[in-house]
Amino acid sequence: MLGKTSPTTAEPGEALRRRWRLGEKLIEGWIFLAGILTIAVLLGIIALLLKEGLPAFWYTSPWEFLFGTKWYPVSEPPTFGITSFFVATLWVTLVATAISVPIGVACAAYLAEVAPAKVRETVKPIIEILAGIPSVVMGFIGLMLLSPLVQSAFNLNTGLCGLTAGIMLSLMSLPIIISVSEDALRAVPDDFREASYALGATKWETIRHVCIPGALSGITAAVMLGVGRAIGETMTVLMVAGGALAVPVSPTDPMMPMTAAIASGIGNAVRGGLQYQALFAIGLILFVITLAVNLIADRVLERQKRKFAR
Amino acid sequence: MRKRLFIILPVVVVVVLVVTIIALGGGGSSIRIIGSNTVTPLSAVWAEEFMETHPEVSIAVSGPGSGVGIAALINGTTDICQASRKIKQSEIDQAEANGVEPYEIQVATDALSVVVHPSNPVSELTIAQLSAIYTGDITNWNEVGGNDVEIVAIARDTNSGTHVFFKEQVVQMKGLPTEDESLEYGGDVLMLPSTEEGVNQVASNPNSIFYPGLGYVTEEVKPLAIKQTADSIGVLPSVQTALDGTYPIARPLLFYTDGEPTGVTKDFIDYCLSSEGQEKVIEVGYVPLE
Amino acid sequence: MRAGAVSKRQLSQRTAFSLLIVATIIVILPVLAIVIQIIVNGADAISLEFLTEAPSQAGKAGGILPAIVGTFYLMLGTIIVALPLGVMAGIYLTEYARDNWFTRAINLAIVNLAGVPSIVYGLFGLGVFVLLFHFGMSLLSASLTLACQALAMTVTTSREAILAVPREYREGSLAVGATRWQTIRHLVLPQASPGIITGAVLAMSRAAGETAPILVVGAAFLLPGLPQSPLDQFMALPYHLYTVAAHIPGMPKSTMWGVALVLLVVVLSFNVLATVIRLRARQRR
Repeated sequence: MLGKTSPTTAEPGEALRRRWRLGEKLIEGWIFLAGILTIAVLLGIIALLLKEGLPAFWYTSPWEFLFGTKWYPVSEPPTFGITSFFVATLWVTLVATAISVPIGVACAAYLAEVAPAKVRETVKPIIEILAGIPSVVMGFIGLMLLSPLVQSAFNLNTGLCGLTAGIMLSLMSLPIIISVSEDALRAVPDDFREASYALGATKWETIRHVCIPGALSGITAAVMLGVGRAIGETMTVLMVAGGALAVPVSPTDPMMPMTAAIASGIGNAVRGGLQYQALFAIGLILFVITLAVNLIADRVLERQKRKFAR
Repeated sequence: MRKRLFIILPVVVVVVLVVTIIALGGGGSSIRIIGSNTVTPLSAVWAEEFMETHPEVSIAVSGPGSGVGIAALINGTTDICQASRKIKQSEIDQAEANGVEPYEIQVATDALSVVVHPSNPVSELTIAQLSAIYTGDITNWNEVGGNDVEIVAIARDTNSGTHVFFKEQVVQMKGLPTEDESLEYGGDVLMLPSTEEGVNQVASNPNSIFYPGLGYVTEEVKPLAIKQTADSIGVLPSVQTALDGTYPIARPLLFYTDGEPTGVTKDFIDYCLSSEGQEKVIEVGYVPLE
Repeated sequence: MRAGAVSKRQLSQRTAFSLLIVATIIVILPVLAIVIQIIVNGADAISLEFLTEAPSQAGKAGGILPAIVGTFYLMLGTIIVALPLGVMAGIYLTEYARDNWFTRAINLAIVNLAGVPSIVYGLFGLGVFVLLFHFGMSLLSASLTLACQALAMTVTTSREAILAVPREYREGSLAVGATRWQTIRHLVLPQASPGIITGAVLAMSRAAGETAPILVVGAAFLLPGLPQSPLDQFMALPYHLYTVAAHIPGMPKSTMWGVALVLLVVVLSFNVLATVIRLRARQRR
């Protein structure tokens, strides 16, 4: 025990220490608040969507809203049925997934297993550029370059359709599918590969029967993240999907996915009005869908990490 | 190196901030104009001219539709709402419930043009035919005297005042014996988010048809002559035919404010209604008052 | 082993590999095509006037300075809010949080926020900042909205950067008597800063390119001056591209491509900056 010092020299030391502790407590308080903030924002989004969107179901029954095909927000009386939007979202997501999954996984396999280091180092930045292109630029390219091509290639009335939107969306999902799949493939331990070669398998046979199955959950997560991206994308589909209100029966029909439906109408909507509520209701549904998809993907990724943790 | 980055980056940022703030030269008042895509080219030109003679005023002009402008007026987020359709009674009720008194000022007139691709042999249509095209009853150009190809009917989305005006005047054939308020746009009509996109589509797609305001008609598209009924004479949209009333689908272009305009807003609107301002209307391609 | 059997397997391997290469080429080609097209078509429009003057004649002539400045203001506003909050939340999660339901809830929240569609953020910004808080259609509302979107990214990257600092560093510091906060402030944070800054730069790049939220929260088509306060309306590059994307009559086509080019350059240069920072930091280790 240090010798007792006179009161006058002990006080400044203690006071200083107390101030440190107080200041530190304050900072720690702020940090704690910041931690809560992320929950607060998420809860805020949920709360707002519920508050503004649920009333839509008092005006239109949930059944009619979800399965009705008439969306006439500015007529009197207005009717709200979102089947065409929902089907449109399904179509563009389907097209985007059908294109981006095989190509993305194949590319990931190439980069992770086959490509020489130099090739990897050249290709990866290009994929990062793709990931960085803003969605409005993609929509612009789709409008200017792709839609006339699609129109003439498929002999359509107009190139503004689900197919064009789906192709542009697939470009936007590719980077995430490739990156997560590649990580998954690399996480497969080398021992597995060595064992396979030891049994006489070729590299391709190893990839096909060992690596990909081993990385399957990660690849599944990658696909889900890509799907989530496609479902939630707004600008691209707003600009090139066509905006027709009929329920689309083919990917070459002009269509209006849910995100575009919200963006098209929200400017018009007066706070608290019927159209405002209906649009928030669509936002709610969209939120729930993308939430589910992303949550499942995250769970799958966690499981994969644990599977190969050493 | 890291420390240097820490210092350089914020310094650059601050310098940029300072330079731009200096460039602004503070103070002054501002006017917000939100609403119709149709009126935007006109307001933009007016705003520019007005700001040259009144440099302390800053005017921001936005689209994308009359509905947006009216909603903004009711929500209190704009000074002037520019509209290409009249405000509805239900909207007036909503406004008054929010403590807003919409005050209407007509600033110009528009001859709503129906355009097709220059190669399209069709050069005139009746309102009834237009209505059928946009409800989806007529789907092939050969039904109206054109080639044997499917019609691609293009419209604006629900944000647009033109969407609503066209629906009431043409699709529902207001004022004609065949008027039918239950008619709606057909499910195959493309609802585009901007007038520019619609015009561009018509210019590049020989089978399409669209209805932009007169100010958007260029040599790349061909306006159709509109016949009130099958026996009338087809009239092409122009300043003349809108002024003398022979063009069947002319409409007022409007400004709405909360109560009578005052202050800078009033000065601006006075300028728009002055003879100088009205000359600009012709330059932009619309129809001046009287 | 028979010679025939080996070559059959070799053949299928060669075919498979060629397909994989084809897939990779299919990924690369569009990127190159897009970038080249934008550069080729947009280069004509780029001039000093284009970059430094305000639009005139309803956007047909003049330049896009207000859109460029607006975009930078947005990036700035976003990062001023999202970075400190993101870093603090990251610190909380790595240094202070215990492994209980609360922490798991926060982590869940972050994963979810990252996946929310941008239009839903737009709705959130409209309902909360524009209407509820009465900030109106302004730079402030837009920045706050984009900041919410960026929050997930800044928290995640900060957390990962802080986690990467070796335990021994912290323990050594605590052993010499420093408090937790002092350790964080003088040791952990500086070590983690490249990672944190990378995350911040990427978040800014994202904010620069986002359109849907600012569409809803109200970017202006034409603002002949510059926004003079955070409560003013603003122009922004992505919104400008969206508005001119279908060719305002009388506007030369190269103008649209020019706007796309400027936007692309802004976004990609921030991405490159982030990569450079990341690589530099890795080299030092």
